[in-house]
Amino acid sequence: MEYLNVYASKLIPERELFASGHKACQGCAPALALRYLLKAAGPNTIVCNATGCMEIISSAYPDISWGVPWIHVAFENAAAVASGVEAGIKALQRKGKISKGKVNIIAIGGDGATFDIGMGPLSGLLERGHDVLYLCYDNEAYMNTGIQRSSGTPKYASTTTSPAGDVIPGQQTVKKDLAQIAIAHQVSYVATASTSYPVDFIEKVKKALATDGAKLIHIFAPCPTGWRAKPKDIIKLGRLAVQTGLFPIYEYCNGRYKMTFDLPFLKSIKYYLKIQGRYRHLTEEMIKELDEDLKQRYRWLETLARETKEAK
Amino acid sequence: MGKRKGIESSIALADAAAMCRVDGISAYPITPQTHIVEHLSEWVNDGKLDAEFVPVDSEHSAMSAACGLSSVGARTFTATSSQGLALMHEILFIASSMRFPMVMAVANRALSAPISIWNDHSDIMAERDIGWIQLFAENGQECFDLTPLCFRVSEDKRVVLPSLLNFDGFIVSHMIEPIEYWDQEQFDAFLPPFEPQIRLDVKNPTTMGVVGVPEIYYETKMVHHDALRKAKAVVKEGFAELEKTVGRKYEVVEKYKADDAEVALTILGSLAETAMTAVDNLRKKGHKVGLVRPRLWRPFPDEEFIEAVSNIPVLGVADRAYTFGAAHHPVASEVKSVLFNEEKRPKVLEFVLGIGGRDVKVEEFEEMFMKMIKVKDGAKPFGIEYVGVR
Repeated sequence: MEYLNVYASKLIPERELFASGHKACQGCAPALALRYLLKAAGPNTIVCNATGCMEIISSAYPDISWGVPWIHVAFENAAAVASGVEAGIKALQRKGKISKGKVNIIAIGGDGATFDIGMGPLSGLLERGHDVLYLCYDNEAYMNTGIQRSSGTPKYASTTTSPAGDVIPGQQTVKKDLAQIAIAHQVSYVATASTSYPVDFIEKVKKALATDGAKLIHIFAPCPTGWRAKPKDIIKLGRLAVQTGLFPIYEYCNGRYKMTFDLPFLKSIKYYLKIQGRYRHLTEEMIKELDEDLKQRYRWLETLARETKEAK
Repeated sequence: MGKRKGIESSIALADAAAMCRVDGISAYPITPQTHIVEHLSEWVNDGKLDAEFVPVDSEHSAMSAACGLSSVGARTFTATSSQGLALMHEILFIASSMRFPMVMAVANRALSAPISIWNDHSDIMAERDIGWIQLFAENGQECFDLTPLCFRVSEDKRVVLPSLLNFDGFIVSHMIEPIEYWDQEQFDAFLPPFEPQIRLDVKNPTTMGVVGVPEIYYETKMVHHDALRKAKAVVKEGFAELEKTVGRKYEVVEKYKADDAEVALTILGSLAETAMTAVDNLRKKGHKVGLVRPRLWRPFPDEEFIEAVSNIPVLGVADRAYTFGAAHHPVASEVKSVLFNEEKRPKVLEFVLGIGGRDVKVEEFEEMFMKMIKVKDGAKPFGIEYVGVR
């Protein structure tokens, strides 16, 4: 898959529906996610965006980056707004008030908007089964308000509300498992992805949009500003998160799990942690704990994939 | 002309919304509004109304989904009460500022704590400034008649703002009354199909809900305020058309025996009907008393209100909600500020009553009028009277 990126320019549509010139920081991976998302979805798409970095950087009137119909209402309700948009399109098409034809409806929220404040509306969207793709771009903290911890912030990461203190060394809780929460709603398609593997992400978006009902993609999207990492390291960080097993990318489709990569071995997380300021305070002991934790979760996921594959 | 039937006001209101041919309903249960959305879901599930019913996860999501429905050009309806309205608070401002012409019925109910399911106006008074058109219906017939009026005004190209129809929880919502239904043809003639000027459309991409930088934010608020102030004229046109359609006359400021009154009371909602009985009783005894009720609460019909009260020596104002810590409660504070610069204005006396479902009897209204008459005859004006509080 890494070699595929070499040929990406031939595999990915050229048309840009997310215009450059937006106000994202240098090296912003979530902005990449939006660009790839629209390349995959195409022009027959309506986007419902939660408040957050991606909404702010793309819609400061009159400098709009969106080449598709786009709506932002508030922080916690992108899923509820998308539910209404989907229901409205359905009713109006059925009643012959607007032209028929497939319209992709996509809700977008960051980890704060999704894991925390928008969890109720998201659960409602998934449970009701609206024909909507929910995309969570996860940069592991409330970056728009200044790097506060969310329930998507990983253990020990230092943020402005989980600082590496003398007594309490950063975030004390483990990252909420969003994909598993979505799967628990018995939806037909859930995937995790990474902005460092764009061709894979685009394929997953296409697959999700071709699936009826509610679906969710959780994309890991590093933030240079919030992680205190160099913009040049952002793609590397996204790759390392996958290759270390820290953020496994996989698909869940109709009861079956499929790991996107067969990793013969997991890379050490030491280098991944080292090139980010938010982990600067970690001791060897903490690193060991994180390492054991992620390996355990990775093995659990591999087992799920193996077992559900055999069940076919 | 439609049939007259004995029916619960909530059911009649739901029927009116269905006969407005709504495209989408998003709703969450809360007492005492529930009968409306229950009945609408029956319309949909029985295949009698071609609409999407979105049973959302909270009132916050109900208002958010309503924004979504409206953004694609669907005629949108929802209903709520009390805590539900409070939970919507954040999105209510956004719905009006984004100019979504949806309609919401609010069965007015007290706010917690302590929790109370009974009627007063604390829910709506806390949402006074949300930028919606706000009307009060006093009975089931008005609930039925004013539902299509709300859609007509909201969707008018000169307005494009959401409307909110208030009516008293339980007292009106659960009351079975004789209500005259309109025919479907009357609905269709009164309320033409909704043609949004702008909608989310993949063939003509548009952006809704952008960041308002300081260079534009102020102007968007000014335009919103102007549109709401100008909506009064469209409400009046709608009332005139409604009268032509079904023969019932509505006014932005309703008067009851107020033209020659020496003492009048301003009150919103169904208690006005109790106060009317008190007015009739006192008139029989020779007291010149009356009522002046703003049916339109937002935009506030200040010109019509001033005209209605300027010749009345003493005006009482009844509030059914507190503005905690303020010198005056919400309706009194509105009335006093509207009258302050007028050369000719009544003395304004203030009452608080009917809080959290506390009953107010005809005799209590009579006592209130008698106190006001004493002030008219020269007694010292009193401060705020909390009627019936122990």
